[in-house]
Order: sequence, then structure tokens, then C-alpha cells
Amino acid sequence: MSISVHAPGLLDRERIVAGPGFSRWLVPPAALCVHLCIGQAYAFSVFNLPMTKLIGITQSAPNDWKLTQLGWIFSLAIVFLGLSSAATGSWLDRVGPRKAMFTAACCFGGGFLIGALGIHLHQLWLIYFGYGVLGGCGLGIGYISPVKTLITWFPDRPGMATGMAIMGFGGGAMIAAPLSVSLMAAFSSPSHMGVAETFVILGIGYFCFMCIGAWIVRVPAPGWKPAGYVPPAKSSGLITTDNVHVAVAWRTPQFWLLWWVLCLNVTAGIGVLGQASAMAQEMFPGRVTALAAAGFVGLLSLFNMGGRFFWATASDYMGRKVTYCVFFVLGMVLYALVPTAGGIGDGGGLALFVLCFVIIISMYGGGFSTIPAYLKDVFGVRYVGAIHGALLTAWSAAGIFGPVLVNYMRQYLLDNGVPKAAAYDETMYIMAGLLLIGLVCNLLMRPVHHGHVIVEDHLASDMIGDRP
Amino acid sequence: MTTPGRPETAVGVKLVVFWLLVAIPLLWGVANTIGDAAKLFR
Repeated sequence: MSISVHAPGLLDRERIVAGPGFSRWLVPPAALCVHLCIGQAYAFSVFNLPMTKLIGITQSAPNDWKLTQLGWIFSLAIVFLGLSSAATGSWLDRVGPRKAMFTAACCFGGGFLIGALGIHLHQLWLIYFGYGVLGGCGLGIGYISPVKTLITWFPDRPGMATGMAIMGFGGGAMIAAPLSVSLMAAFSSPSHMGVAETFVILGIGYFCFMCIGAWIVRVPAPGWKPAGYVPPAKSSGLITTDNVHVAVAWRTPQFWLLWWVLCLNVTAGIGVLGQASAMAQEMFPGRVTALAAAGFVGLLSLFNMGGRFFWATASDYMGRKVTYCVFFVLGMVLYALVPTAGGIGDGGGLALFVLCFVIIISMYGGGFSTIPAYLKDVFGVRYVGAIHGALLTAWSAAGIFGPVLVNYMRQYLLDNGVPKAAAYDETMYIMAGLLLIGLVCNLLMRPVHHGHVIVEDHLASDMIGDRP
Repeated sequence: MTTPGRPETAVGVKLVVFWLLVAIPLLWGVANTIGDAAKLFR
């Protein structure tokens, strides 16, 4: 490590080493400040319809943007979430969580402001660049920024700690959707949709809230451990006490097995999330109205958020491998039950249908929140932030693959004369098949070969606040 | 961050303030969503 004569800057890792008396329970709110903001991404669709009428106001004018064009904004953001988390993971591990959170705040808040300019000037490329590219980078950096810090503060309960933060990502959409609708209503007029102003308010608001997280966050002092916690003396099962460098980790079969575990779990869930409203209405025609279907989507959001905390916490007791086995086996059973629920058709069938999907979606959320602790178990704490960042490319891939699979499969079946209500049955069986592949990947997980572990001397640099 | 010289209550106050800071908007969002979800059962 180079020796600097300068005092550490406000954003530097050295500046945020916790002193005696600091409560580690202040770190989850810091992480939540960031995740509650970036979770807004899942509520971006509330802007889609108003943005198709920016010129025509009451209805789309010929020069107004089309929904297909606007759909790329969210897709770009998710792609850049994966790319930026993979590209900046090592940097984040080096500079610490405060600088990373502040950078994420600048990118995410700045993305909204550039997007607002794009709406004001009616230049779609500015929104692609602002919210899609810059905001997407804010999503990626913000998503991984508190993960390693939380794992280091909670070595006794890493699943619960990351589950709390990633639960915030699920909850962020629940805040953003009604907030955005209210703001657009407040700023709209007979000649104006109020979207640009809403973007400005959200951009400034999210920037400030994320900065509070950056202000609160601390890293533990070297050698710190929770009172009464005795770290395991040696590796046991999949849980290692060693560390694998990120540059080595992504070349191991374990990394790619976990990549597919996450990708397939997300693919199965994300494909259904986007179709939930239509699926409920078409499988139970006459029983589920558009309003009730919206309620179903709300219920899924609640279980998506709750599952992130519940399953990640449960994994601290059950073990990560067992937890993912539960996701895949139970997921397969529930997906296979959905066509049966549709076949029953009455109130009991609808209740079974809802029960299946709320559990499936809770496991979809749980897959996101349990993976950082799984990575920590397999590759060690030291580079878990960077490795987690690299693994999130699986999310980007699933974000594209999942909806495409469901939509194209459904269209293919409809084109071949399958009734609407039955068109989802085949899709459910395909989802169950994907989960079976995920189960095999999970069962193939073994401890990392000892040759991949880095020796302690190589860890000497940049260790402030890092040692578990 | 507290130093040994500061009273313990400072940490307690910080905990309450910062947890409320994240809990209030989250609970507002959850309450809204529960309101939506209730439509499924009407």
C-alpha cells in the first residue's frame, strides 16, 4: 500500500472506520437508504403511459414516443446495472462503501435530471443515456455498495444482513409507484403531463436520501468481531475461512454454477412477474377483473419484498445450498400445480393459484438476497463485493431471457390454436424445467479447490475495516 | 459514531432516528400496496 501524507478525504474508507461504541445496527439503515431509492427501477413503468402522451396530452400524437421505444429505457437500465456492478466491484472493494454510495447517488440522481432534460427537449436519446445508462450505473454500484460491508459487520448472520438491504430494493418500487403518480398529478395541467418535473424532484430526492446512507455507513475496525462471536477455525463443507481473488473466482466452476443458479431462479420468476396481471385474468376469466389482477400484482410485490428478508435469514440456519434446493424443488412443484389450479377454476382454484405464485415470488426475491451470503461462504469475505458484482450479469441476462421466453412461448402456442386460458400451462412446465437445471447446478456445488485460495501475505494491502 | 466520552444514549437516538427514516417511507409504500392487494379479495 502506498503511504500517503494527506489526511483521508471525506469519502475515503479510512475516514469511515467505526470507533468504539458504534452500533452495527446503524449499517442496515444506511444500506436501506440506498436500496429503497434504487428499487424505484421496478416502478419505472408508471411513467410509460404518460410519456406516450407528452405532446398529445389526452392521447398520443404522431410525434409522441411509442411504448416499444420507451421499453428500452428500463431494459438499458437493467443491462447497465449488471455491466456496472461487474466493472466496478473491485474498485468498490478498494475505496469502501461511502465513496461507492456517493457515486451511485450522483449517477442515479443525475440520471433522473438528464432524463428530465430529455423529456423537456423531447429527445429520447437523452433519456436512454440519462436514466438508462447513467441511472443504470447508479443501480449497479448502489446495489452492491453495502453488501460486503454488511457481511463484514454481521459475520454471524450474513444472510439476514444482506436480506435486510436487498429487501429494500423490493420495497423501493412500492414507495416509488404511488409517489411518482402523486407527483405527476400535482405537476400536470391541461397542457402538460408533469413528467419532467417529477423526474427533477425524484432525482434530487433520491440523491439526498442516498447521501444520508453514505454519511451513516461505517466499516468495522481491523480485527473487529461481534461480542461473543467465535469465527470458525477452519473451513467446513461449502463454508470457507479462506479468500479467493475475484480474478480467480470467475474462472472457477463454482462461480459459473452459481451464475446459472441465480440466472435460472430469476428467469423463472421474472417471466411470471411481467405476465401476472394478464395471466390471472386469462386463467380465471370472469372471476378476476382488471382491478383484482392489479391487487394480485400488489400481493406479489409484498411477497417479493418479504421473501428477500425471510429466505436470506432462513439461509443462516438452513445453509445456502439447502435454501436454494428448497427454492428449486418447491418452485418446480408449485409451477407444476399452476395448471391444476387453472383447471379447478372455482374459488378453490384461484386460492391455489394465488398461493402458488406468492410462494414462487417470495423465492424469486429470496434468490437475490441469499446469493451474497452464498458467495461469501464459497469464496470468502475479502472479494465478495467484486464477485457479487460480476455475478449480477446473471440478472441482466435473466432480465432479457425471462420475459422473452414467456412472451414468445405464449405467442407460439396461441398461433397454434391453443386456448388463451391453457396457453400458460406449457410455460409453467418450461419454468419447472428451468428450475430443474438450476437444482442440478446447485447440487454440483463443491468447495473451491485449495489451489485457488490466496495466501494471507497477498491480503496485506488495503485491509482497513476488512477483516471479519 | 460515538467515542467513549459520549453518552450511550447518543447511539440509541441515532438508531431510532435512522431506522425511522427508512421505516416510515417503507411502511407507507407497504400500506399502499396492501390497499391494492386487498382488491383481489373484494
